[in-house]
Amino acid sequence: MNSKYIPADKLTAWLDGLAADNRVLVPVVENGSIVFRPREAGSDTPLELEKQATVPPKNAVFPASEPLLTFSYQKHEDEPEKVDVSVQPTINAQPTVVFGCRPCDARGFTIFDNVYGADIYYESRREKTAFISQVCKETANTCFCHWTGEGPADSRGSDVLAVPVDAGYVLEPVTEKGEGLLTSSLLADASKEQQDAAAQMKKDAREQLGEAVDVSEARGALLALFDNMEFWEDVSAKCISCGACTYLCPTCYCFNITDETCGSQGHRVRSWDNCMSYLFTLEGSGHNPRPTKAHRLKNRVGHKFSYYPGLHDGLIACCGCGRCIKSCPVSVDIREIVQRAIETAAAETKAS
Amino acid sequence: MPHLDELKSAIKERLPELDFVIGWGRGFDPIHATPLFMRTEADVDKLEWGPLNVHNTATYLPSLRGKKVGVVVKGCDSRSVVQLMQENLIDREDLVIFGMPCTGVVDLTKIKNAVGDLGMVRDVQISGDTITVTAGGKEHALALADVLNNKCTVCQYHNAVLSDVFVGEPIEPSVPEDQVYADILEFEEQTPAERMAFWESQMNRCIRCYACRNACPMCVCRDHCVAQSRDPNWLSQRHDVGEKMMFQLIHAMHLAGRCTECGECERACPVDIPLVRLKKKINKEIKELFDYQAGIDPEATPPLLAFKVEEQNIREREW
Repeated sequence: MNSKYIPADKLTAWLDGLAADNRVLVPVVENGSIVFRPREAGSDTPLELEKQATVPPKNAVFPASEPLLTFSYQKHEDEPEKVDVSVQPTINAQPTVVFGCRPCDARGFTIFDNVYGADIYYESRREKTAFISQVCKETANTCFCHWTGEGPADSRGSDVLAVPVDAGYVLEPVTEKGEGLLTSSLLADASKEQQDAAAQMKKDAREQLGEAVDVSEARGALLALFDNMEFWEDVSAKCISCGACTYLCPTCYCFNITDETCGSQGHRVRSWDNCMSYLFTLEGSGHNPRPTKAHRLKNRVGHKFSYYPGLHDGLIACCGCGRCIKSCPVSVDIREIVQRAIETAAAETKAS
Repeated sequence: MPHLDELKSAIKERLPELDFVIGWGRGFDPIHATPLFMRTEADVDKLEWGPLNVHNTATYLPSLRGKKVGVVVKGCDSRSVVQLMQENLIDREDLVIFGMPCTGVVDLTKIKNAVGDLGMVRDVQISGDTITVTAGGKEHALALADVLNNKCTVCQYHNAVLSDVFVGEPIEPSVPEDQVYADILEFEEQTPAERMAFWESQMNRCIRCYACRNACPMCVCRDHCVAQSRDPNWLSQRHDVGEKMMFQLIHAMHLAGRCTECGECERACPVDIPLVRLKKKINKEIKELFDYQAGIDPEATPPLLAFKVEEQNIREREW
């Protein structure tokens, strides 16, 4: 299928059309923060497409908290010591279109796919969710998608790339699912000039980021520094060990499972967990292999740039969106830690 | 910045007796400062002082017990230090406090709202009463008064309330004391239903990251917080507004008579929930009931950590 074009003033009409059969999540401003919310057809709430959303659309496929099943206990009338348990799975996957995320946000789910491939809750949502990602017009100080992927126009994970050109968007289908979203009569075939403008825009966005830092050495360097707690205490000194970085991360997928019971019935809930939390690795015995924030930050960086790539053909478990840097209350910069790890490990190797 | 060199010299003089000194340095871009842990004289040369030093350096102190550390403080940070001392959560003899008069720090959310996106900030210049921020290809000259953190516009304690080294001339309070809670008085004019609706709409955005908790100098339970503890299980892991609000109310109540209004909870919140309003409301009640402000007198006992048979302003026998 060829690329399509939609003028900006018809955008919301097209989204309203998609909303007839889908939950359409769009970025809107709430008290200065940009969050994804379901769009009501005909709504006059303005979309915020100029800036990167504060919170990525991770919830669309991996909700912050979801019931995996409901359960209830019934006592036997004749034998009260006997209890029956009934369990019902709760799979709730709605057809969803995410519009206006960034290509890095959509690519985050390609990192999920390697670990949640056989999870019916994840899989059913993933299959029913499409991403129309908007290529960045301007990149932020915190952006480093080119270190971990191709750059701001990387199409992996997206179903359609929306490229802002004069007064509208060129819509480039990436997948069959994406093609299916581009059948509206509001869309015209993109002209040669519009396609050229889109190509130029993608090129400009990539050039803004400059040359990428090579982080391929990080995998070995982080393993080499595993026991160097002096290094980890130094780089984590200012970290306050909250979870903002992980919860805002499009690639962090760790979860906790809890049974939330009220009386004789309840839900088994899967909710986001994060490696900055003490409880994350607290063992039943009371022993915690990651007792300090230094151990925890080591896990976060090591997981993304070493352990995960070690298991998945070198794929870095970071999409370079930069939210962990931008929204960190104390400006911990994962780029700086990775670079320092590479330098420190190289210096140690040289010295030995 | 006048006196900064003097402050650096004073820190260098005391550094040999300390594990490190906590202050602020430049962060990853021109608009973000970042906490700086100074271990060497070269580190001290990176120290910055000014309206970008938004972080409360006292937040780190309880977790550093046993080390000998120095801490550079603004007036509000010094109140947290004092409050931590009052509660025996840090040891005075292990601490060296450095201060200068603070004319206020910026609210990065206000700057974000004025310039569009903090990620696009390419340059920042501060001169006199103006901060000029270059972002998205435009220069935005903003009056510092318009982008100051709200706490600074009503600040009563520009100077450290306690310090070992204080450099510079002390500053007078920003406004008369009776104006500190004007914003809360205004909020109280809304009906309870309106206030509830306000909080529900704000809390809806909460991602339960607990940055508010971990940035708070007085939230010292940290790893053993009731919000995540499974035994006892006070809060479920469900993501509904009620659970989020319950956590914030627990947080606020645990801070009653202890909160020094440094505003770190709100500053740390990645989704801009106006959390200081809850804390100030409770502080206003504490002030009215007990005529008490947290973090002023190292020898005082916070009213909710004390017991009196009868409180002066709670006339329970007359009800």
